[in-house]
Order: sequence, then structure tokens, then C-alpha cells
Amino acid sequence: MNEPKTSNRTEAEMISAILGGETQVFHDLIRPHERSVYLMALSYMKNEADAEDVAQEAFVRAFRHLASFRAESKFSTWLISITLNEARTRLRRKMLVPMDSLDTPPDEDQHVSPALLRDWREIPSEAVERGEIRKLLQDAIACLPDIYRQVFLLRDVEEMNINETAAALNIGVPNVKVRLHRARMMLQKQLAPQLKAATQQSRRRWFPWS
Amino acid sequence: MVIDCKHVWNFISDYLDGTLTEEVRTVVQKHLEHCEICSAVLDSTRNVIILTADDRVFELPVGFSERLHARIDLELEEYRGE
Repeated sequence: MNEPKTSNRTEAEMISAILGGETQVFHDLIRPHERSVYLMALSYMKNEADAEDVAQEAFVRAFRHLASFRAESKFSTWLISITLNEARTRLRRKMLVPMDSLDTPPDEDQHVSPALLRDWREIPSEAVERGEIRKLLQDAIACLPDIYRQVFLLRDVEEMNINETAAALNIGVPNVKVRLHRARMMLQKQLAPQLKAATQQSRRRWFPWS
Repeated sequence: MVIDCKHVWNFISDYLDGTLTEEVRTVVQKHLEHCEICSAVLDSTRNVIILTADDRVFELPVGFSERLHARIDLELEEYRGE
């Protein structure tokens, strides 16, 4: 593979280069977005193999339709929309899930009460190195209703802003806020007690002095 | 204005994102200063968000990138052949 001076180019420059015939540049263009596309595909497909298929197909479609990309939206947002469309099409084709379960708006009056803990002690990021803790986090996110999980993944895992998230999911900003709030509260409710229990058992391993 | 715990919970997400109006933020902040339970809710929510955002939580399947770029190469070849 020839490696031209792509590393310092902006996304817009890479896109013009690709459209101008330097198609190899597409490899560099998509590299930063592999994880977010895969995660969104996984959030719909629920298994790694299908998620990988959807992710590949989404990138291929992005290449084929690159000329229709409009620079006023962000490339990442555009990619996520393509990914979600691809995932929805596949699910519809497979008839695995009734589609309204993916698109039903949340019940606006539904409140989520958090877990109440008197003495919360911060759990340091090193905890994520433990497989058991990663599994707790993954399972809790997987258990969120689809519409909450999608917003949560884009906002809090992929760190998109509210407007980008709204654009990628094709929903309004107020909906992003409501769904994000519920997702965070649901996760706090489930995870705070679990994480507390899991880290207390082994606190000695991290804080030998305590 | 004084608000109870249940109302404070409704504002946790916006509080963390810094999107509350100045007035509401001040009220929530005051409550948090002397409510141990709500402070723990806030701290644990923030902590959960930080942990789930860690890159190590979700990793790409082994070989994902290689397979993706091989697929893209096929597509590029096809494109050039057209």
C-alpha cells in the first residue's frame, strides 16, 4: 500500500482527495471511526459477527456514496446514520425484532429512581483492567432499552455532543437529553451497588494500606 | 426555592453536562451541599460515566481492522475496475 502524505490532512481534504481519485486515502479516513461504527452496529445486532458484517457494509456504503456527503454535517455523524440504516435494514430483513421496539418513543412520565448509597467511594479507572468489572459495565449497557443505549453510547462512550447525537439518530435534542438522563440513571441504579460490592471485596488488592 | 431529593435526581444528568440554567444550578448545588444521599447519587453517576467511557470496556474483536481494510481493498479494486 502506498502511504502518501495523508496523516496531516483534514477530513475534508481526505474526502476531496478520494473523490479526486486517490481512493486509497479512504483507509485513513475511516481509521478513527472503526470503533464507534462497530459499537453502534453491535448495539443493534447484539452479536459480534453480525455487528462486524454491518460495520463493514456501512464503510463500503460510505465509500460508494461519498460524493453525496455534505460538508455541513460531520463525517462521523454521517457514518453513524449509514450504520444505523444498515443495521435496521438487516434486522427488518431477518425479521428478528419487531421494528417498533427500536423506534417507539419513551414514555415521558417514566421516572427512574437512582440507587441510594450513603458512602460512595470513587472507583478508580484502574478497576476497568479487571475482566469482572468490564463485564459488569458491558452487561449493564447491554441491558438498557435500545433507544436509551444508542443515545448513551454516542454521548458518553463515543463522546459526541448533544447536537451530533441528535443528528446521527435523527431525533430531537430534547429527546437526546431525556433518553441520556434515563440511561445514566438506569446505569447508576444497577451499577453503583454492583461496583461497590465488587470493589469492596478486593479493596485490599488496590489499597494495601487501608 | 427549596427542592426535595426526587427533584434533584431529575437534574443530575443536566447538572453533570453543565446545561442547567444558573438559577436551577444554584438550587441543586445548595441541596447537594447538605444532602449526603444526593451527593452520593451525583458522585456515583459521574463515576459510572467515567468508567463506561474507558476505552478498555469495549474493544474491537481481534482482527476486526485487518478484515475491514481487506474488504475495503476489494471494494477499491472493484471501483477501479469499473
